[in-house]
Amino acid sequence: MPTEVQRRTSRVSGTRIARGVVVMAVAVVAALIPQMTQNQYYLGVAFQAEMLMCLALGLNIVVGYAGMLDLGFAAFFAIGAYTTAILSTKEHWSIIASIIPGVAVAVACALIIGFPTLRLRSDYLAVVTLGFGEIIQTIAINLNQTGGPTGIYAIPALTIGSVVVASNTGYYYVFLVLVIAFALFSTRLRHSRLGRAWLCIREDEDAAKAMGINTNHYKLYAYVFGAVVGSITGSVYAPALTAISPASFGFSESLLIVMAVAIGGLGSIWGVMFGAAVVEIFPEVFRQFAQARLLVFGVLLVILMVVRPRGLFPERAFQGVGARLRLRLLRDDAAEVPVVETMTARTADER
Amino acid sequence: MSLFLNEIGNGIFLGAFFGLVALGYSMVYGILRLINFAHGDFYMVAAFVSYTILGAVVVANSHQQWWTVAWVGLVVMIITGGLAMFANQLIYRPMRRAAILSLMIAAIGLSQVLENGVLVTPQWGATYLVYPVTTPPSGFNLGSNHYTWGQLIIVLISGLLALGVYLLVGRTLLGKAMRAVSEDRIAAVLMGINVDLVIAIVFFIGGALAGAAAVMTGVYYGQINYLMGFTVGLEAFTAAVLGGIGNIGGAVLGGLILGVVQSIGTGIFGAEWAIVVAFGALVLMLWFRPTGLLGERVARRM
Repeated sequence: MPTEVQRRTSRVSGTRIARGVVVMAVAVVAALIPQMTQNQYYLGVAFQAEMLMCLALGLNIVVGYAGMLDLGFAAFFAIGAYTTAILSTKEHWSIIASIIPGVAVAVACALIIGFPTLRLRSDYLAVVTLGFGEIIQTIAINLNQTGGPTGIYAIPALTIGSVVVASNTGYYYVFLVLVIAFALFSTRLRHSRLGRAWLCIREDEDAAKAMGINTNHYKLYAYVFGAVVGSITGSVYAPALTAISPASFGFSESLLIVMAVAIGGLGSIWGVMFGAAVVEIFPEVFRQFAQARLLVFGVLLVILMVVRPRGLFPERAFQGVGARLRLRLLRDDAAEVPVVETMTARTADER
Repeated sequence: MSLFLNEIGNGIFLGAFFGLVALGYSMVYGILRLINFAHGDFYMVAAFVSYTILGAVVVANSHQQWWTVAWVGLVVMIITGGLAMFANQLIYRPMRRAAILSLMIAAIGLSQVLENGVLVTPQWGATYLVYPVTTPPSGFNLGSNHYTWGQLIIVLISGLLALGVYLLVGRTLLGKAMRAVSEDRIAAVLMGINVDLVIAIVFFIGGALAGAAAVMTGVYYGQINYLMGFTVGLEAFTAAVLGGIGNIGGAVLGGLILGVVQSIGTGIFGAEWAIVVAFGALVLMLWFRPTGLLGERVARRM
C-alpha cells in the first residue's frame, strides 16, 4: 500500500513525462508550420498570433498568477517597440542591444505606476493601468521623437550574429523561440517561491498576509515581470513589422491581450496560448464582419465570464483545497455569501 | 488672469458632468466593490437614444423646445436606468459569487458590446452626430468667455440631481438600506434587507444620472460620438477616486476639482494632453492621499 506522498510523487512524475511528450510534439508541429505553407498571409497571421501569445504570457503573470487586472499592458509593449525603433533608426543600435534599455524603461514605468497603486486595493490598478496605457499612447502621438501619429518607419531588420532575419518565416521562428522561452519562464516562475506567493495572494490576499507574505512587494514583482515580458516582445515586434505607429498600442490592443488571458483560462500556460491563438485567428476568419467583430467578441466575453468566470481551461489550482473549501462553505450557507466578504471583513477590521 | 477665470468657468461645467457620471460609478463601487467599466457607455448610449428621440419630436427654436428637452431627458433617464438595471440582472447578479476580476472583465466585455453595438447601428455609427438641440445664445460673460443661460441651468440641474441623491442616501430608509448593504452584505441580509433589490436600485439610479448627464452634455457641446463614454468613464472614475470613492459628496467634489484641473491643464499644455492631466492627477492623488479628499472615515461610507 503506497503512502499518500508516494502516490503523489509517482503521479507527478508520470504526468511530467506525458506533459514533456505533449510539449515536444506541439513544438515540433509549430516548427513545421512554415514548411507546410508558403502563403505569406498565413505566415503573417501565424507570427502575429505568436506575438499575442508572448504578450498574453506576460500579462498572465499579472492577471493569471497574481490576480490583478492590468488594462494598459499594451503600454509596455509600446515602450519596448518605441525604444527599439528610436535607438535603431536614430542611434543605429542593433536590435538585440536595444532590448535592454527598453526593459529598463518599462521597469521604471512599472515601478512608478505600480508602487503607489498596489498599496491600495488591487482593483484601483485596473483604472490606473488603463490610464497609463492612454498616457503612453498620447505621448507617442504627440512627441516629435516618436514620429507623431505616423510613427516610426524603416526600422532595420533583426540580426542575430551574422544572420539577418528579414522574412515572415524568419520572424515566425524568432517568435516561436520567444513563446517557448516565455512559457518555460512562466512555468518555472509559477513553481518558484515567487509563483507560490502570487497564487496565494490571488486566492486570498488576507490569508497570504497572515502567512507573512509581503503582498505589496510580491504584487509589484508580478507587475514588473509582466512589464519585462511585454517590453521584450515589443522590441522584437518593431523590426518584424519594420514600421510602428501609435494606433497599434491603444486600449483595443490591451483589451485583446486581456481577452486572450481571460478566454484561455487565468493562470494556465496552455489556456493562455490557446486564448491568444483564438483572439488572433478569429477576426481573420470572420473578416467580412469587420465592424461587428468586436461586438461579437464582447458578447462572447460576457457570456464566457458569466458561465465560466475563470476562463475555458483554468489552472488546476483553482480547483484546489481553497476553492473546494469555499464551495463547501457556500453550499452550507443558505444566505447569499457575497464575493466581497473578505473585503467587507477587512474594512470592518480596519474600522 | 482672465484666462485663468475662463478655465475655471469651463472646468465647473465640465466638472458638473463628471460629477454626475462619477456618482453612478461611486455608488456601484460602494455597494459591489466593482469598477463598472460599462458605466461610461451607459452614458454614451443615453446620448444616442436621446439624440434619436429628440430628433423625432423636437421642433427647432420653438418655445416649447425646453419642455420637450425636459421630458425627453426624464424618459432617457428612465431608459438608461433600466438599461443599467437590466445589465446588472443579466450579468452581474449571476456572477455575484465569482471573483471581482472576472466581474471586471465581464464589465469590459459589456462596455465593448455597447460601444460596438452603437457603432454598427444604422443612423448612429462612427461619425460625430450634431445634437438636435442647442442652447440659445443669450447669456452672460465670465472672464472673456460667454456662457448661455441654458448652460447655467444645466449646471444647476446637475447640482440638484446630486443633492437629491445625497438626500436619498443620507436621509431615507432606502438610503439606509444602501449604506447597510455597502457596509456588510451578510449582516444586511440577516436584517431582512432585500439585497438584490437594493443593488438593482443602485444600478438604476447610477444609470439614470448618467442618462441625465448625457442629455445635458449633448445640449452643452452640441455633438455626440460613440467613443464619448470611454473617456468620460475614465475621467468620472478619476473624479470618484479624487473625492473618495463610495462617497456621494466626494464624487461631486472630485468631479468639480477634476474639471477645473483638467481645464487649467489643457489651457497650459493643449487639448491633446487632457487625459494625461486627468491621470497624472489620479496617480498623484494615489501617491499622497489614496483615500481621496474626503478623508478615511467618511470615504468608507456609501
